[in-house]
Amino acid sequence: MSTVDPPIPLATATGFLSEPELAAIRHELGHYENPRAACIEALKAVQSARGWVPDPAIPAIAELLGITPADVEGVATFYNMIFRQPVGRHVIKVCDSIACYLTGYEELAAAVRTATGLDWGQTGADGRFTLLPVCCLGNCDKGPSLMIDDDTWGPLSAAEVPALLERYL
Amino acid sequence: MNARTPETHPLTWRLDHGAPVETLAAYEALAGYAAARRALADLEPAALTQLVKDANLRGRGGAGFPTGVKWSLVPMGADAGRKYLLCNADEMEPGTFKDRLLLEQLPHLLIESMVLAAWAIQATRGYVFLRGEYVLATERLNRALAEARERGYLGRNVLGTGWDFDVFVHTGAGRYICGEETALINSLEGRRANPRAKPPFPQIAGAWGRPTIVNNVETLCNLPGIVLHGAQWYTALSRGLSGDGGTKLYGVSGRVRRPGLWELPMGSSARTILEDLAGGMQPGLELKAWLPGGASTDFLLPEHLDLAMDYDTIARARSRLGTGLMTVVDRTQPIVPVVRNLEEFFARESCGWCTPCRDGLPWSVKLLRAIERGEGRPGDIEILESLTTQLGPGRTHCALAPGAVEPLQSALRFFRSEFESGIRASAASKETV
Repeated sequence: MSTVDPPIPLATATGFLSEPELAAIRHELGHYENPRAACIEALKAVQSARGWVPDPAIPAIAELLGITPADVEGVATFYNMIFRQPVGRHVIKVCDSIACYLTGYEELAAAVRTATGLDWGQTGADGRFTLLPVCCLGNCDKGPSLMIDDDTWGPLSAAEVPALLERYL
Repeated sequence: MNARTPETHPLTWRLDHGAPVETLAAYEALAGYAAARRALADLEPAALTQLVKDANLRGRGGAGFPTGVKWSLVPMGADAGRKYLLCNADEMEPGTFKDRLLLEQLPHLLIESMVLAAWAIQATRGYVFLRGEYVLATERLNRALAEARERGYLGRNVLGTGWDFDVFVHTGAGRYICGEETALINSLEGRRANPRAKPPFPQIAGAWGRPTIVNNVETLCNLPGIVLHGAQWYTALSRGLSGDGGTKLYGVSGRVRRPGLWELPMGSSARTILEDLAGGMQPGLELKAWLPGGASTDFLLPEHLDLAMDYDTIARARSRLGTGLMTVVDRTQPIVPVVRNLEEFFARESCGWCTPCRDGLPWSVKLLRAIERGEGRPGDIEILESLTTQLGPGRTHCALAPGAVEPLQSALRFFRSEFESGIRASAASKETV
């Protein structure tokens, strides 16, 4: 028996992407001058439906937009808000830029790490949280700040972290 | 503080009349779209461009390039073909939180402003490149765009002129480099956000190879006032504090009593902003240094506080106005970790396209970390100094690395002994072994 891995099956766009995903991508296509411009939006559509972008989505999006899978993967791996591995139900993004750094980032980050038991880039075994660093959230008058999913919080003291996390189960 | 009026606070006066001016009805009730109506009825595109040149509006994204001059480089005439107006709303310069206010609280002001800019260059399509984390802004802007379309401010035959113009929101997926205008264009086209080589400049060959103007949110939001009140009014808004006209959104972050954002005459002094408006440093803290306008600007000192916060004055002090939002460092903060934090940001956000930036910035972080731990080796400071040259203007593919070394070079200039102490300690500890 061969020890070589079998090739990753290249799902067809219609075979892998769901109808709502296809509809979301087609809607975006109408806003741009050519299909490839919707690449980031297509990745986001998949991510918003599934939480992340699984491997078969890459060739599926490529086929739909008429570009190569390598091209799609190149875009997917460039942008830090596109997740190419599974993430938790809630993604915590802690701003580590200068204004938050000067107003208590280190204490806040330590509190978040302690409360979640996670290091940067990790997802908990219970699938609840993923912890990521993020650059300046434009919330500098309310530093230190972080985002959980679509919510921006700040200024936050280390003591407020456990109660805040309880909102995200 | 005096009440804000259209004549004194053209960007934010509407916010004195209750919370965010989100809806079309609320915006129209406060003279909203009056400038668009007037310009599209009375001003030829060339006349509008000339008006903005006369007002000497300069780009508020950080570079300060004259907006009217930028526009005038766009090919005009019947055979000029399809053109684009892009609004740079990818606010990600550390310490900057001004465009968020305009996007969240005054979405129709931005849309009206984009109609004006697009009219001047006769663009038929606009995009707002909005950073993905600005969720509230995305919602409000999309709702406002739908209202504006419904009302005929966007779409086919805008206000009966026969000119078509529509705007779409493109939300980003992260990466600071997207704010660089040619990287922004690549990202809009669905590509990796590596900056493009210039020339050709976007005004000639930008999005999809077509003439394209990229303007910052705050820059654009100056346009309705200029149209309604004129270039002379605009120039006089700075009350002689600056050679530049208009107002500016200034802000302060760091350990001050009242961090925040204010619309003030261009050229207001840093001292006014920090002491009068932000209330000065928090009790017990003293100012050590400040960044005038973001992470990519050189540090200035307390002795520079009386300088006018405008492009030319801050440049003469060997820094840059940048975005105009100050970040203050107090005396309890050692400078080396502060600079390390700044360089870590740039190292992470480098797009990786050119070697000096991709490899030089992480190198600077490594050296700064060693110095921070007291493990710096003799020669490390000289290497950091050499990096400020090797990553400086003209050595890299875009302006990211040259911006990144600005706080480093000024920190080395002003606080060299703090760097040296991270080296002496290590040399001494070796001798005792």
